Amino acid sequence: MDLLRFATAGSVDDGKSTMIGRLLYDTKSIFEDQLAAVERTSREMGVDFTNLALLTDGLRAEREQGITIDVAYRYFATPKRKFIIADTPGHPQYTRNMVTGASTADLAIVLVDARKGMVEQSRRHAFIVTLLRVPHLVVAVNKMDLVEYAQDVFERIRGEFAAFASKLSVPDLTVIPIAALHGDNVASRSDRMPWYEGPSLLHHLENVHVASDRNMTDVRFPVQYVIRPQSSEHHDYRGYAGSVAGGVLKPGDEVVVLPSGRQTRIASIDTEDGPVEEAFPPMAVTVRLEDDLDVSRGDMICRPHNAPAARQELDAMVCWMSDEPLVAGRKLAIKHTTRSARAVVRALRYRLDVNTLHRDESADVLALNDIGRIQLRSTVPLFVDDYRRNRATGGFILVDEATNDTVGAGMVVGSD
Amino acid sequence: MTTPSRTPEPDRPARIERAPGDYRLTHLQALEAESIHIFREVAAELERPALMFSGGKDSIVMLRVAEKAFWPARIPFPVLHVDTGLNFPEVIAFRDRRVEELKVALIVASVPDAIERGLVRPEPNGSRNRIQTPVLLEAIETHRFTALFGGARRDEEKARAKERVFSFRDEFGQWDPKNQRPELWNLYNGRIHVGESIRVFPLSNWTELDVWHYIGAEELEVPELYLARERSVFERDGMLYAANEFCRPKDGETVFDERVRYRTMGDANLTAAVRSHADTIDRIIEEIAVTRLTERGATRGDDRVSEAAMEDRKKEGYF
Repeated sequence: MDLLRFATAGSVDDGKSTMIGRLLYDTKSIFEDQLAAVERTSREMGVDFTNLALLTDGLRAEREQGITIDVAYRYFATPKRKFIIADTPGHPQYTRNMVTGASTADLAIVLVDARKGMVEQSRRHAFIVTLLRVPHLVVAVNKMDLVEYAQDVFERIRGEFAAFASKLSVPDLTVIPIAALHGDNVASRSDRMPWYEGPSLLHHLENVHVASDRNMTDVRFPVQYVIRPQSSEHHDYRGYAGSVAGGVLKPGDEVVVLPSGRQTRIASIDTEDGPVEEAFPPMAVTVRLEDDLDVSRGDMICRPHNAPAARQELDAMVCWMSDEPLVAGRKLAIKHTTRSARAVVRALRYRLDVNTLHRDESADVLALNDIGRIQLRSTVPLFVDDYRRNRATGGFILVDEATNDTVGAGMVVGSD
Repeated sequence: MTTPSRTPEPDRPARIERAPGDYRLTHLQALEAESIHIFREVAAELERPALMFSGGKDSIVMLRVAEKAFWPARIPFPVLHVDTGLNFPEVIAFRDRRVEELKVALIVASVPDAIERGLVRPEPNGSRNRIQTPVLLEAIETHRFTALFGGARRDEEKARAKERVFSFRDEFGQWDPKNQRPELWNLYNGRIHVGESIRVFPLSNWTELDVWHYIGAEELEVPELYLARERSVFERDGMLYAANEFCRPKDGETVFDERVRYRTMGDANLTAAVRSHADTIDRIIEEIAVTRLTERGATRGDDRVSEAAMEDRKKEGYF
């Protein structure tokens, strides 16, 4: 059994909570006491049906106001896979939340109301999925029951999406007609849409191939923590612990350590369960090197002829997540892999209109939930790859040094 | 205490056989890797962390993952136990043995001691759940902890489903659900001001079933209370309580023998048992896989108070 993380996005009233409720319900992931609580709340709110959407409302303010404030995480499993859902709300601040949910997702589901087709919000959602390089996009055309399960309605929406997706270079697009309220094509194929020959939503989630989505080519090992037991038993042990961010590491491999540029070989790759012959993303291991080098947190271990760019000047797409707008000249803390530094925003190149994809080069601020391209200069070199090539070594966060809040999510553009 | 029987086909992370070129991790390996990453990140970035250990299954798994994260070095932070004085004795014995094995420092923050000093007062129903909070906050202040690892999982409860892995707390230990830092990729923001702290939940993405699968795969020892045994119990509010020194039947409550086990390890006076024949870890896994009640709904008198009980406690600075 492996793990699939997916994010869900939809406009208000697209039936997203109902779809998630349906996935949980049909995979027997809802417990009786949870269902009883939902039934009780439904009654208290004067709703005369059990509102499965309530299953996903976590906080009191959300239940009172009938809205979703924050990313909520849900879990279910089938015999084939364990699933982690990052459920992102369609309401205000949704860009920030959707970017957050999409950052770790293998797959994203964008919901569309069959009666409305692709609306502005659907385009925004699909764009964010692409910007965050979520490898698989599923468009769930919901409420097919309200359009008499008509094939032509579905085909029209599918055509619209395919055209838009080709502009965005979506790596893998699947469009599925569903009726979440009745369960059509959610956990199993529906008889009511015999013209649809594709998989049910759950079947697709269970079978989509994700193992090769991570970068297995470029060896990247950001040193996270230096392990030195200094005990009599492990007197001279010095290991570099971290999570593999790219490529496959093997004992004996020739490696180079950045920023020093010193070369050595991997002596062994250790775990508490014993040494391993190969380490690949997202394994957490401890690497020992043959030579005694000065290596510390924030250094990057890679291969001599395949190293990331060491850059202090970088261009990036950034999603701004703070009420206080971003302007050129702003100084921030930056965290990239295990490396932290300070950075200054040298220029705001443009603000992107997420609906039209128009680049507004006259913009001089990025407000909350805006996405734009910026140029940064950091106090020390960062070992970056193009985000499109490697999400783990292309993504970074920006932190306000006064409030310590995370205020921006950045994706490196063009490392060379 | 018991060493549980082994699962037939251990799924233990490093022992798994992979075909060459198959770069897939099992879900347990992926969860373990994520949790190890979180432990190392905190140890690298925050000065004075501590691990909150209760002796329950989640903290047992958490401690095991922490051991792996720093091996062959020792866990580089102490273990903190908020002792309500109402723990099952087996749980305390287990705690002491595990701490000894791992050679980590143990700090006990005692609720009875705090009651004696007048810091807190037990609730009328005997629950010491809520009054753990001031005791915990006092320990944080005394030891100047900046980060506390907790075993909470997001599948446990609706408020937790929205809590970050790094849950930021102000100088009063309060959680502000509407003002959480966005958490992107695996880039955690551990920056705090003096006096503030972070609760860190390395097992956020694990479910109850994952925890049991891991205990089985890793052959971890758990308090025997988790396993079904013939125990003397009585019924109260529709739940089964073991008759023991902390919890005596009232008039009209009859004691009878029943095969039961515990799904959670709360206070001995308020944690109910469930009817079960699951006397091995494998059987627990089978049982959990088909169970129709959440662990808290089934066994915790103290969580039943209201829909928002957990949310309120967390805002006050609870785990």
